[in-house]
Amino acid sequence: MRNIWIICRKELGSYFVSPIAYLLLTLFGVIFGYFFWTALKFFVFRGMEMQMSGQMYPMNLNEWIIRPLLSNVGVIGLFMIPLITMRLFAEEKRTGTIELLATSPIRDTEIIVGKWLAALILYSSLLLFTALNFAFLFRYGHPDWKPLLVGYLGILLQAGALLAIGTFISTLTKNQIIAGAATFAVCLLLYVFGWVAGFDTSTWARVLSYTSVAVHNESFSKGVIDSKDAIFYLSVIFLGLFLTARSLESLRWRS
Amino acid sequence: MITVKDLTKRYAGATAVDQISFEVPKGQIVGFLGPNGAGKTTTMRILTCFLPPSAGSANVAGFDVLDQPFEVKKRIGYLPETPPIYPEMETAEYLKFVGRLKGLSGAQLERQIDYVSERCSIRDVRTKLLGKLSKGYRQRVGLAQAIIHNPDVLILDEPTAGLDPKQINETRDLIKSLAGDHTIILSTHILPEVEQTCEQVIIINKGKLVATDSVRNLQARARGAETVFVEVAGRNGSLEVAMVQQKLEHIGGVSRVNCKQQFDGRAIFEVESQTGRTVRADLARAVVESGWDLNELRPSAMSLEEVFLQLTGGDASKAQTPVSEEKVPVEVVKS
Repeated sequence: MRNIWIICRKELGSYFVSPIAYLLLTLFGVIFGYFFWTALKFFVFRGMEMQMSGQMYPMNLNEWIIRPLLSNVGVIGLFMIPLITMRLFAEEKRTGTIELLATSPIRDTEIIVGKWLAALILYSSLLLFTALNFAFLFRYGHPDWKPLLVGYLGILLQAGALLAIGTFISTLTKNQIIAGAATFAVCLLLYVFGWVAGFDTSTWARVLSYTSVAVHNESFSKGVIDSKDAIFYLSVIFLGLFLTARSLESLRWRS
Repeated sequence: MITVKDLTKRYAGATAVDQISFEVPKGQIVGFLGPNGAGKTTTMRILTCFLPPSAGSANVAGFDVLDQPFEVKKRIGYLPETPPIYPEMETAEYLKFVGRLKGLSGAQLERQIDYVSERCSIRDVRTKLLGKLSKGYRQRVGLAQAIIHNPDVLILDEPTAGLDPKQINETRDLIKSLAGDHTIILSTHILPEVEQTCEQVIIINKGKLVATDSVRNLQARARGAETVFVEVAGRNGSLEVAMVQQKLEHIGGVSRVNCKQQFDGRAIFEVESQTGRTVRADLARAVVESGWDLNELRPSAMSLEEVFLQLTGGDASKAQTPVSEEKVPVEVVKS
């Protein structure tokens, strides 16, 4: 545990000393701020429209603003995650510092989990921006906070899974750009695989859509914790970190 | 402290290290010598548990690198060819990180950081970013990193590569001062470094062990038969080179005479004597008695560089016999 924390702290230090963390925070803040603003505008517009026409539907902040925004966060995450994970191992391989880690009395798994945890913490700090915006909803309205918490859990699980995959891809190359691009491609595919279920019901389509990280987020975004989906994310996290460990090991046998 | 037995490392299609065996006693500095690509780095990486061996065994500080890598890693300090530094970290922060990685904490960590900063003279760059340090400072931070947990064994891969002469001397002195407390293996392709810093040399070439001995023995061994340079001059400004050569060849104990250089009126000969015979006095007498002038008479003490070139140059059969058949005056550029 101690070693994991040593690595994690070092990674967080690297993120926040370099411009990476601030760049990501800024980009995320701007993009999410824009989404929030449009969602809120639309909500207000529909409210006024209803009043004018005299037809009243129940309008719910959770349903109309929080839920779509949380799914937007997942999409923004697709762009952020490669930027977070691409340097994790690629940079250590390029500068040779991987030799320091590999010849220190510390287990590979500790290095890997430490790095992945640091990536997850950085991603969570991005989510603070969303909390900042949602705070306004709580100030001026009465959304239900429980589905929101479940939604956050879903987003963190999804991010954790994609970050684990990104961590794995980062061990495959010395080049950060390659690691980032490949991670983005894989993340995007895993996201859009769910779309096939809309027009195809063959077994292949079902399998494909089952591997989609977006499909498994639907219950969370509704505020429901489905153990099936939680287990899916946890397995992907485990698989990603497991592959990372194997890849690190093979690095030693090959190089 | 270090025992290596039949160590072999094969990569796809190539053998980087081929059945190397050697031993390093506690507290010694051993020079690991060989041309670039000889397998020095690979051997060191195996000793540090970074790479697993394909065959054979390596035992460091009492533990096998394959069976108990964790115990080995606790007891070694390693400086790879390029110091493994994070450019975005400050020196003190970096040492703290490495110290923690090696299992130090609390007051002990602070004490060790203090100690290595003093020892490697990096106190004045404690708050500087590593990426902004000069090459010499980076190397010293690299050394500080390697000794921070006071390891039994220090493995240094080309510790003076890329430094300027002043820094090289400082680094060598630092390494010498570390011997005794630590057993040190340092690799290099620079010979004077071995002559100056190390007690033992392990020479490898193309993955094979060529020689392992003390520096002094190796010089002596390579000398084998004595070689003497003789400069002879004619009294009246002219000299029959063939006659001198014939004269010298007839001295008892001389096995070979070779005219190296001719100038007008004088010539330099290389005289090889049979092993165990000293012919210098006879040479001098013969030259003077024949009516020539003896300008110079000096034994050719072989530097380790010549030994090295002999041992590693050419084919394996040559490497086996320390004295090669044809001797060319060696001009080795001291890098």
